[in-house]
Amino acid sequence: MSLNVPTMAELAARGETAEVLFWVGCAGSFDERAKKVTKAVAKLLNQAGVSFAVLGAEESCTGDPARRAGNEFLFQMQALQNIEILNGYSVQKIVAACPHCFNTLKNEYPQLGGTYEVFHHSQFIEQLLRDGRLRVEGGSFKGKRIVFHDPCYLGRANGEYEAPRVLLAQLDAEIHEMKRSKKNGLCCGAGGAQIFKEPESGDAEIHHVRAEEALATGADIIAVACPFCKLMLTDGVTHHGKEGQVQVLDIAEAIATANDL
Amino acid sequence: MISSLVFVALLAAGITGFTLQVRRLRRGLALARPSGRHDRRKERWAIMTRVAMGQSQMEPRRLAALMHFIVYVGFVLINIEVLEIILDGILGTHRLFRAPLGGLYDVLMSFFEVLGALVIIAIVVFLVRRLRLGPKRLNHPDLTGWPQKDALNILVIEVVLMLALLLMNASEFAAVNQGLNSANQQTPWLISGLFQPLFEGWRVSNLEVFTQSMWWLHFVGILAFLNYLPRSKHFHIILAFPNVWYSKLTPRGQIPAMESVTTEIKSMLDPSFVTDPNAAPPARFGAKDVHDLHFANLLNAYSCTECGRCTSECPANQTGKKLSPRRIMMATRDRVEEVLTGGQGAETRSLLDDWISREELWACTTCNACVEACPLNIDPMDIIMQMRQYLVMEESAAPSTVNVAMGNIENNAAPWAYPQADRGNWINS
Ligand code: SF4
Ligand code: SF4
Repeated sequence: MSLNVPTMAELAARGETAEVLFWVGCAGSFDERAKKVTKAVAKLLNQAGVSFAVLGAEESCTGDPARRAGNEFLFQMQALQNIEILNGYSVQKIVAACPHCFNTLKNEYPQLGGTYEVFHHSQFIEQLLRDGRLRVEGGSFKGKRIVFHDPCYLGRANGEYEAPRVLLAQLDAEIHEMKRSKKNGLCCGAGGAQIFKEPESGDAEIHHVRAEEALATGADIIAVACPFCKLMLTDGVTHHGKEGQVQVLDIAEAIATANDL
Repeated sequence: MISSLVFVALLAAGITGFTLQVRRLRRGLALARPSGRHDRRKERWAIMTRVAMGQSQMEPRRLAALMHFIVYVGFVLINIEVLEIILDGILGTHRLFRAPLGGLYDVLMSFFEVLGALVIIAIVVFLVRRLRLGPKRLNHPDLTGWPQKDALNILVIEVVLMLALLLMNASEFAAVNQGLNSANQQTPWLISGLFQPLFEGWRVSNLEVFTQSMWWLHFVGILAFLNYLPRSKHFHIILAFPNVWYSKLTPRGQIPAMESVTTEIKSMLDPSFVTDPNAAPPARFGAKDVHDLHFANLLNAYSCTECGRCTSECPANQTGKKLSPRRIMMATRDRVEEVLTGGQGAETRSLLDDWISREELWACTTCNACVEACPLNIDPMDIIMQMRQYLVMEESAAPSTVNVAMGNIENNAAPWAYPQADRGNWINS
């Protein structure tokens, strides 16, 4: 299936607008494993007939890692530039495929003059399901054991624990929970700019511990909802020698696979 | 008469001591910049009622929550009796409320005794948890030395207070029971009634001296407790209320925007932007010391119970990193105390480096687990973030790998070195 993903600039040139802006994010634009998630989201939006567009080359880091590394100046530079572009296109609704982008756009841009209705992709896809715009064919996951890892910035920071689980429940698979999940979920170790630096010295790696907890459920698939969790847990699974046996999949990838996209 | 004078003198000393300590606390809190948290008052009162009074965030660990609730309710209710003690002490009366309350007095006393006994049981559970069977957070390097001693002191004082009350009642009734005194209550109260065998064969004068001693011990114990509180993690029994009132009500995931930075960037991007000439320039970006933190941060530090729920959920701490959110709170309080005490080198030292290391600050993943775990809505991550802001914006002291990522964001709008122009390449790849 070929993708139909216009940019805001292309639409504007044709005098058109989109219902929703798909915020891809840095990982979703450049990282191979995250790009698969980006494509899955785009395919699902196409399948549901959502009128959407991306910013393409006009998109720029939201500034989340800069802010959480303590660089408020760089964060605000990024934010103010992005807000100027978003407001320039009169964007109202945004769907982000990354909880960090989602959190920043939703909770931090309003303070700087950018107020939008912002969804995480799990929330947006769930909405499509509820509105009957999208259906999930569960067959290909029959009999699989799936465990969901809550991203900190979707869960604790924004209180969204259900949307991803509702989506996974569509898959005809066995859904398991880790001992620590939802509010008590353990971080994957990437946030707060950690993924860009060496960890401080300790006696274990956070993502190894979390991957171990996920593997302990006997899952075939570790479902995630964040590109950084995906990278961290994939590494964690490899560390425990389980690559090839246990997959780390974003919920969007899982749904897209179920729908043969 | 003499005893009334002694009583009043002790009471005055106790209250003066406590007042002085509260003043000191206020001086400590006044070091901070304003928190700006005086908005949304209705919500603040509601959250205080729910979280501080109703202890709604204590649930997850059931035994601890139940025991804690017993001690809390026990203390609040039993302290109603303090009113009688104070009046008796000043007026030289004995059980002033008995005559007016009649039978109700016996019921109340029995009720207080049951509470007192439950408190003792709860404290025994706490002692066992702390010394042996409890979770790791109660036997953690954060608590080495004074903090662990403080926790035990509190438990011991509480047991002594409760025992004094029960033994006082018991010996008083023993005199009646043995037909030596008919002026006091005629029916045994629920718990002290059970202690009667202890006093078998005592002479009435000994019973009276014992009763008196227990009464004084209880009274002096209360004053001692009151004056010990402000130095202890147990100050939370009072501070929890204002502390929760000052909770962060903005979205959990939001780091507040620094206005001074916004102004600076806006004037950079737009030459026609007029800056407010009255706006005072900020002393400093981020926090190097307690003066740079806001009021709620310092109130958090004084309210922290050192329970370690935050630390036991912290991914950094669980993987052996030096960071412990509980220690961040304890260090902040200790540093405020250091500033208040003054003394050698207090001026040249600071929260950063002397109390909290850079290594700790950089280990935080900003996962909010500590914030979620705290039963008192304390926010260790807020302090960590402000200190990182200081490190990066004032000292440019980020780890070099972080600097590379920041440089990339600045130059090509992503933390990795890919050109911004390629951001849409995934569409056709
Ligand atoms: S936010 Fe930081 S300090 Fe708090 S639990 Fe997470 S890693 Fe630990
Ligand atoms: S910050 Fe909260 S959770 Fe952490 S030790 Fe203090 S009271 Fe306990």
